[in-house]
Amino acid sequence: MPVASRKWVPLAVLAVFLAALPGIAEMLGDRYLVSLFSRLLIYALVAVSLDLILGYGGMVSFGHAAFFGVGAYTVAILSFHGFEGTPFLEWPLRIEGSTNALVTLPAAALCAAIFALIIGSLSLRTTGMHFIMITLAFAQMLYFLYISLERYGGDDGLSLYSRNDLPGLDLSDDGNFYYLCLGVLSISLFLGERLINSRFGQVIQGIRENERRMLALGFPVYRYRLACFVIAGGIAGLGGGLIANQTEFVSPGLMHWTQSGEILVMVLLGGMGTLFGPLLGALVFLLMEEILTGITEHWMVIMGPFLIGVVLYTRGGIYGLITGQEKAGG
Amino acid sequence: MLLIVEQFLNGLQLGVMLFLMSAGLTLVFGIMRVINLAHGSFYMVGAYVAATLVHQSGSFLFGLAGALLVTALLGMVVERVVLQRLYARDHLDQVLATFGLILLFNESTRMIWGRQPLFMDVPDWLSHTVELIPGAPYPSYRLAIIVVGMLVSVFLYLLFTRTRLGMQIRAGASNREMIAALGVNINRLYTLVFGLGALLAGLAGVMAGPILAVESGMGESILILTFVVIVIGGIGSIRGALIAALLVGMVDTLGRAFLPALFRLFLPVAQADGVGASFASMSAYILMAAVLVWRPRGLFPVAGS
Repeated sequence: MPVASRKWVPLAVLAVFLAALPGIAEMLGDRYLVSLFSRLLIYALVAVSLDLILGYGGMVSFGHAAFFGVGAYTVAILSFHGFEGTPFLEWPLRIEGSTNALVTLPAAALCAAIFALIIGSLSLRTTGMHFIMITLAFAQMLYFLYISLERYGGDDGLSLYSRNDLPGLDLSDDGNFYYLCLGVLSISLFLGERLINSRFGQVIQGIRENERRMLALGFPVYRYRLACFVIAGGIAGLGGGLIANQTEFVSPGLMHWTQSGEILVMVLLGGMGTLFGPLLGALVFLLMEEILTGITEHWMVIMGPFLIGVVLYTRGGIYGLITGQEKAGG
Repeated sequence: MLLIVEQFLNGLQLGVMLFLMSAGLTLVFGIMRVINLAHGSFYMVGAYVAATLVHQSGSFLFGLAGALLVTALLGMVVERVVLQRLYARDHLDQVLATFGLILLFNESTRMIWGRQPLFMDVPDWLSHTVELIPGAPYPSYRLAIIVVGMLVSVFLYLLFTRTRLGMQIRAGASNREMIAALGVNINRLYTLVFGLGALLAGLAGVMAGPILAVESGMGESILILTFVVIVIGGIGSIRGALIAALLVGMVDTLGRAFLPALFRLFLPVAQADGVGASFASMSAYILMAAVLVWRPRGLFPVAGS
């Protein structure tokens, strides 16, 4: 088959399947499938955002779950105050709580982007191994910070009273919520495609390939990297906002370093440096987890060697297997 | 005053444990240029094996010896089977494969030893207290940890500066092609270094056994702090690891002990304890961020890394 159709045919099949999923679940009489796949789509969104910095930017961040968690907590805390009718902040400016998804979800992305700006501006001073470890350490720092927030549940996490309200769409219905997740993911993939083919995306990939040459060409490498880091953090925050709504519960565990590790695994499993690879990776990883936990409680004994095998024996991940292409540039 | 002395010693003890962990890991990072997340697993395996052997035989020293042997062997096997294939790969592959190793080791210990944490007794001959300064009794077991840590650092110093093996390791860190060209079997050298690192982590695990609960996943909590130590010290530098380990041990322990009291001076008690505790758990990371802003390659950057 020509390369183009090897890429688009499986993706079209996947898209049709995802669009029809609530109907399929209805036919099978298995409502759980809808909430499971909502979760898969949300993780896919986060994995795609990580791939922007990892696959396209060449920055191995091991703290991506921090932004995911910040987004989730933003939604949970705003909803908490929105429900109580108390302000989140009174000074220096008054911020009311809110249960409107049109407020909370953008706020989640914004807060995560701000954290990404702070963490990125410090971490990007380093490269290579140092960068991996400093992003890891910053994520752990936020993890402990959120554990110490007694008012918002501390270690035990915080439950939402209900999902946020979206004018015109009842999100408490699992099917509607699923389509919201699918919509957000589709739009992000579309914009992601536009972004990586834009001048900005080309510069980012140029920096990955040869930083020194891009510097010599006069590109402010540090600022480009930081911008990419902030965009990815913001999208991860949006994913966090969705997961808080999906499970109606947040806990510091969302930003634990093993969570960062799992998101990394999804990207690599699917094929980094591609847009649809992380989507496939998230689907396969979480479905495997779901099936293995059904077989044995010791599912990690199977998952661990599987990951090692994937790393040692496959190049380009699942996406590479399907399209027959090696990962971009890698 | 007594409290300060006691906390100072606690900080020293944590620092020594962190040094045992980071000495091996910084060598693996610095010499083989490979990220190994599974280093905490050797710490955990060391603790489990020692706890079991001590329980079976009643002898702490027997448990210690057995644990060191098992962790060193395990380290060398892991290096040969998995890590040796990863040296030429990028850091991302190394992170993922060793992440897989962590899952494997954690779940295997759960399958072998169950979900309940094991408890390990302090040996009788170390179960009393010592008055270093009059009126301040301190458990002799914790003192023993400090002494062992110091002995190990002296041993490592002599190993690196006075022996042929140490010379080869240092040469391998600066230029691995050159030392291979000069006829040193670099693969065997790597396996040995890795085994040594695993052994030191196992030693730390054995010594932590009587202080902490021996449970699956115990390696990861100390692993992250170990990373902090290595980054502060400069990747590949043993001297940096020693100084950074003591620094992090002190900052973490003293922060936990005194920050809540400090915040009570200007905040209500309940709030002060919360804020103080959270600052204390973040203190090591804040220290690392500060060091990296000041010196992005750590306190003692190693040439060539």
